Amino acid sequence: MTAQQTDPTKSETAFAATDVLADDFDGPDTVERAEKSPDDLQPYSDLGLKDDEYAKIREILGRRPTASELAMYSIMWSEHCSYKSSKVHLKQFSEKAPKNTRMLAGIGENAGVVQISEKIAVTFKVESHNHPSYVEPYQGAATGVGGIVRDILAMGARPIAVMDPLRFGAHDHPDTARVLPGVVAGIGGYGNCLGLPNIGGEIVFDPCYQGNPLVNALSIGVLPVERLQKKEATGTGNIVVLLGARTGRDGIGGVSVLASATFDEEAEQRRPSVQVGDPFMEKLLIESCLELYDAGLVSGIQDLGGAGLTCALTETAAAAGTGMRVWLERVPLREASMSPTEILASESQERMLLIVTPENLDAVLKVAEKWGVWATAIGEVTAASADGTPGRLLITWNDHVVVDVPPGSLADDGPVYNRPFREPNDVILLQADRAETLPRPSTGDELRETVLRMAASPNLCDKSWVTEQYDRYVLGNTVLAQPEDSGVLRIDEETGLGVALSVDGNGRFARLDPFEGARLALAESYRNVAVTGAEPVAVTDCLNFGSPEDPSVMWQFAEATRGLADGCLELGIPVTGGNVSFYNQTGAAAIHPTPVVGVLGVFDDVARRIPMGFPQPAKAGGDLLFLLGETRVELSGSEWAWVTHNHLGGRPPKADLAAEQALGRVMARASRSGLVSAAHDLSDGGLAQVLVESTLRYGVGAKVTLPDDGNSPFVHLFSESAARALVAVPRGHDKAFVALAAEHGVPITPLGVTSEEESLQVEGQFTIPLDELREAWTATLRNLFGGAAELVNRHGSEEEPAPVETGEVRSVTLELSPQAPGGPIDPAANA
Amino acid sequence: MRIGVVTFPGSLDDGDAARAARIAGAEAVRLWHGDPDLQGVDAVVLPGGFSYGDYLRCGAIARFAPVMESIIDAARGGLPVLGICNGFQVLCEAHLLPGALTRNQHLHFRNRDQWLKVEATNTAWTNRFTAGQEILIPVKNGEGCFVADARTLDQLEAEGRVVARYIRGNPNGSQRDIAGITNEAGNVVGIMPHPEHAVEALTGPSLDGLGFFTSVLRNLAADGQLAGGQK
Repeated sequence: MTAQQTDPTKSETAFAATDVLADDFDGPDTVERAEKSPDDLQPYSDLGLKDDEYAKIREILGRRPTASELAMYSIMWSEHCSYKSSKVHLKQFSEKAPKNTRMLAGIGENAGVVQISEKIAVTFKVESHNHPSYVEPYQGAATGVGGIVRDILAMGARPIAVMDPLRFGAHDHPDTARVLPGVVAGIGGYGNCLGLPNIGGEIVFDPCYQGNPLVNALSIGVLPVERLQKKEATGTGNIVVLLGARTGRDGIGGVSVLASATFDEEAEQRRPSVQVGDPFMEKLLIESCLELYDAGLVSGIQDLGGAGLTCALTETAAAAGTGMRVWLERVPLREASMSPTEILASESQERMLLIVTPENLDAVLKVAEKWGVWATAIGEVTAASADGTPGRLLITWNDHVVVDVPPGSLADDGPVYNRPFREPNDVILLQADRAETLPRPSTGDELRETVLRMAASPNLCDKSWVTEQYDRYVLGNTVLAQPEDSGVLRIDEETGLGVALSVDGNGRFARLDPFEGARLALAESYRNVAVTGAEPVAVTDCLNFGSPEDPSVMWQFAEATRGLADGCLELGIPVTGGNVSFYNQTGAAAIHPTPVVGVLGVFDDVARRIPMGFPQPAKAGGDLLFLLGETRVELSGSEWAWVTHNHLGGRPPKADLAAEQALGRVMARASRSGLVSAAHDLSDGGLAQVLVESTLRYGVGAKVTLPDDGNSPFVHLFSESAARALVAVPRGHDKAFVALAAEHGVPITPLGVTSEEESLQVEGQFTIPLDELREAWTATLRNLFGGAAELVNRHGSEEEPAPVETGEVRSVTLELSPQAPGGPIDPAANA
Repeated sequence: MRIGVVTFPGSLDDGDAARAARIAGAEAVRLWHGDPDLQGVDAVVLPGGFSYGDYLRCGAIARFAPVMESIIDAARGGLPVLGICNGFQVLCEAHLLPGALTRNQHLHFRNRDQWLKVEATNTAWTNRFTAGQEILIPVKNGEGCFVADARTLDQLEAEGRVVARYIRGNPNGSQRDIAGITNEAGNVVGIMPHPEHAVEALTGPSLDGLGFFTSVLRNLAADGQLAGGQK
């Protein structure tokens, strides 16, 4: 364990203490004071800065930094903001990016923007909010949604959906019972109140995430191409406006103290570093920003998320090469006693920074007033130097100069580490321990029992206990949502233009082989989009890893990024943006490397989407079932090996991206020609799981005959070979579909028929009535986390239902915002 | 026919209600919470969402919005008003409908496709249905548990003012499985599930929700003869 441990109690106070001490004397630490007292000891290591990093700051400034400056550098140079450990690897995504004419904005922007028609673009990104969600599950997860939505908003888009890939510790661990319900309620509480449908995601349990749950959040938005916004603070004399919520003491040090260090037993004390969300304010913020965009009132915009005002001020100025003059006392505060350092470091949610021309200021304030959000002019853009060098960021607080820095030094010139990486010694041993040699079920009865056991296992079971807590209908454009392979949204009601989105990862595969694991995540996400009939066009990624200071973790990261970059090049779809989350480890125990990959697909007409459930057969004898792709004996890292043998070893399945592309082409053509009635991607749990899900979706049975091709029935049912899908083809279309598969060189195997009998029959092996299958599949999460949730179904029809005795009761302090509609905006706005 | 759809700060399904009105054949008119002018609309929908963040109590603040003063007056005069989800909560807070919507018994937000049985078909918003008709409509709420005192419940049932009940499972613990109710005149209806999300085959579980919107058009065409009296 090489990560530098910081003392959380110390670092909590470090942000405030330096100022407060100074306050006791005669005001805050200023530039003047810094010049006079060059040798004052500063708590840089408590803020997460290394010796050489501190030395570099002194070199840049030619003096010691003020307390505020020190906090700003510690934040901007943190792993979370600066990508200092990952940068050298991430550049592959640009270097190896396939040629692409759709991308309007890419890596480095708040989110990638992809053009999907002449007039319309979409923007999407996935981000992590892992550490906060462990410390305070509800608020951590809620503000994760809020943060990614503001990224989307900052690009000029209306956010239209969210997705949440979630990973928790063991399903039966007591702490999972704390974390999961809170995370789910937080995502629902925020996303539902924002009015964004939640259209998909993942819920995975694995002991490796105990103490380090992964709460990733993806959002997608849509914009007219010409509404694309920039973050550059251009135009000398333009006004810097802070829009949205007032600034409070929540989330101070979130990115540096919380996100950029490993956990220890004192993690709970970091709760004040978690932000607190107000989705109602964010909804108003969204509507005001969109109205401002449409009225052409915004010259530049940046969301305030991690690193708060510090990040927004420095990035907007650095991007333009301009300087900025900010009067910090104008920032509307929740607590008047906040020090300038705290104001700069606060990660209070629901805020945006706007750059507007002076003549537009009144109009901007008017829009803000209409929606009842605070809008305050806090500064102005200043010129670059006459010699062309970028301007400076000058921040005063009640006439004290507390910050005077070159903004680029914070935003762009952070440290870059080429960290050592080394293949861990255990990988060879791990790969030699193959699951293919484990004892397997062989008789029909054993297979039947295995199918039921797998269907009920925590990772494969029905997730509706979770997904029912999310609104999937709002906005009225959700065509497909979980449990479908992809979320599918209608974008244009006139033309039917639409998108498909999937987000996938498999930490076990990546643990066995991070290069192949990343490619498999990409392949699965690509396939999930392709089987709906959409054309995959772009990628976003959230790279969740342990500490980069551990050479073994760094090796996993290097391998995974190489795998993902190579894979995207091979598939011809670029990475448009994403996020790295390091330090997902407690002590020496890192999580499985978990690259989570989101793929965006496009439909010219979303009416031709292919759902995953077998439909009620239109003709007697049912639809014909076909398996696309090749089944190999690939059981290592599989859900079967994990559930039945608690085994993780061997090499993961082979990712054949050319085969994925061919499969995608077949599905796109089949969708256009209306040849198939249902299709479901094969991944975790193999064919058996797909049969479970596709039959139970609409309660339509199936009669399956497994091919006699040398593979055992067990391998056919539970292998996790990639590049496969199960397809239902209405009678009469089968010849055309078989010919289509052959034309694209995709192996196709007849598997049987859908059936009016409500059972899953595997010829010569077993029959399971759908009711029995459904009970096994749906009971698991309900029993684990349901608690009070089921009382209603049992007692709902009674006259006066018994009061609920158990269940999570969350105390929420509700406070009517004083800036409720019609209320005054901050008078300082007119200063 | 012009159906007004109110937008409060925090309204979320307002666009969907407007779309449903259009699909049913009406002109959708957007009404703003801060403007008491109803623009001469023939009916009003109070949409779902979290008006004013649901702070204080669901619907409690929205009830005092300037537009609501006009709506309350007009509703008493016979204007057809449909409150969906948060809109239902607003109607209860405004005392246009009895009872209250409280936290779901299981304490979770729940979104599922819900079967309902329509009972009262003599209202402005349900005359296109047949009594006892079973319909499938999405439900999605955190505070949809309908409660009232026993006398009120008895009265609602005796007067045939239960518009719909949950069947095949009660999603929130509502008393007597009540999903929607109407006022005495039948022009004001509150319903917890979302008919506006069941109006298109592409995006909804059924087209059953359309009946609410076509009902009000029929009611207006009959000049309010079917329910309540037009003012």
